Amino acid sequence: MKFLVCISNVPDTTTKIAFTPDNKEFNKAGVQFVINPWDEYALTRAIELKEAAGSGTVTVLNVGEADTEPNIRKALAIGADDAIRVNAAPQDAYFVAEQIAAIAKEGAYDVILMGKESIDYNGFQVHGMVGEMLGIPTVAPAMKLDMSGNTATLEREIEGGKEIVTVNTPFVASCQQPMCEPRIPNMRGIMTARTKPLKVVPAIGEPARTTVAEFALPPKKQGVKLIDAENAGELIKLLRNEAKVI
Amino acid sequence: MSVLVVVECADGEVKKSSLEVASYGAQVAAQLGTTATAIAVGHANEANLAKLGEQGITKVLFDAEPRLKDFVNNAYTKLIATAAEQEQAKIIVLANSNIGAAVGSRLSVRLKASLATNVVELPKIAGDQFTVKRGAFSGKAFSDVVLSGDRKIIAVKKNSTEAKHDAGKTAEVVSFAAQLSDADFADAPTQVIMQDQAGGVLLPEAALVVSGGRGMKGPENWGLIEDLAKALGAGTACSKPVSDVDWRPHHEHVGQTGITISPNLYIACGISGAIQHLAGVNSSKVIVVINKDPEAPFFKAADYGIVGDVFDILPKLTAAVKALN
Repeated sequence: MKFLVCISNVPDTTTKIAFTPDNKEFNKAGVQFVINPWDEYALTRAIELKEAAGSGTVTVLNVGEADTEPNIRKALAIGADDAIRVNAAPQDAYFVAEQIAAIAKEGAYDVILMGKESIDYNGFQVHGMVGEMLGIPTVAPAMKLDMSGNTATLEREIEGGKEIVTVNTPFVASCQQPMCEPRIPNMRGIMTARTKPLKVVPAIGEPARTTVAEFALPPKKQGVKLIDAENAGELIKLLRNEAKVI
Repeated sequence: MSVLVVVECADGEVKKSSLEVASYGAQVAAQLGTTATAIAVGHANEANLAKLGEQGITKVLFDAEPRLKDFVNNAYTKLIATAAEQEQAKIIVLANSNIGAAVGSRLSVRLKASLATNVVELPKIAGDQFTVKRGAFSGKAFSDVVLSGDRKIIAVKKNSTEAKHDAGKTAEVVSFAAQLSDADFADAPTQVIMQDQAGGVLLPEAALVVSGGRGMKGPENWGLIEDLAKALGAGTACSKPVSDVDWRPHHEHVGQTGITISPNLYIACGISGAIQHLAGVNSSKVIVVINKDPEAPFFKAADYGIVGDVFDILPKLTAAVKALN
């Protein structure tokens, strides 16, 4: 079984968000970048399934410039076999999906996994676009993935419940918890990752279909209004008469 | 040229988020000087579909194929794409739900459309320039996005727009057949399992949410959260550490790697307010924080706060709500 796992390079989850003075771009200064947390579920589950089968490969794919390579190496240290980097700054979800679909088609991967969304742009789009471009099923967001031969059984979250879906390879799934417990690299993995293949390829495809005109931060809060604990019921009156939310 | 609105239904009812989307779509249509047509998906009741006239929808397309009751990605995508072609829709509006995201992303490729998810406001339309505001960085920022495609798909964030209500107006419900084949249902679910919702309120749709963290000290104390939620008609939620130790199920986890919600009211009980938790809830209109630690960072993001013991305060709040009602 050939797994292709797509990872994004995102600001650490504790990052305080700031933009360049013209508000056109995210300000990367001093920011630590990590593997998108949702993608870690996809990566770990692919490695677990490969190990359980006793055969197969896990290839990591990132669309990004050279500064993403430390996190690609981290993915290799966690247990992926090799990696591909499409050498381009991600323009929008459609652009990224085109790159993934082209690599997936050329490599004839059986299972294409990625996180539900990236924690920076929160698009929740790439999985479906890749599935449609390749003409294969998409299961999103998946909370559980088991394989039996070429057949996969997945739990897909729906509002208020879940669906059990069975699909044959090839397919795309976007992953979220509680799919597995993400792994952290050990020393042996870090050492072996240095010598695993990382191929860099140029981008293909059409121009982006969406462009960010401007970023903005939410308006600052007015400050908290504290209510005496002894008179807690007063809060309910304020929520009805002042905030008008109940 | 019409605006096509995708309306999700369950148990015969139109979902609350789809009422918001219907209203949003009707307002976009008014901006463009056209009308809004809806396509219904899921288990719909025709009388309830006609009531979408109250949100400004003029016509509702309804395919009676019984296998459309449950979500099937390929079939829903084909159904909506066929409706979009028939109606010559340049704008398609849907909810930023699990169904909306799954279908919207496939549709954008099939219809060669620009797609924006997580949209929080009506578009700004200036000549050919079509701009939408959407949430980004897990609720820590917004971005104005220009959609350059000839066709545009907009997924509207739940609770970010109000469902307008013009009582008594009805929409025409029209039978529609997308000519779906067995192949379109190849990825149909083999089983659908619905979770028990505290008080019957679905968390992603909830306008009011009561949430607990590690300060609740154990799952045996969740009755206090549920009592207040029931009195308010609210959904219940929890922080990540709580779902990690299985005090509460994963589907109640709100935060950066859980569900992102934007209710009118979010009451956080015994939650300190880590930045990852805030990312999932900070677009709530009003945030209430109850914590015995006056230094808890969540107070900085709160509109109202009570410094004190949740075990004393929650029963008082529940009693106060019951007294109001």
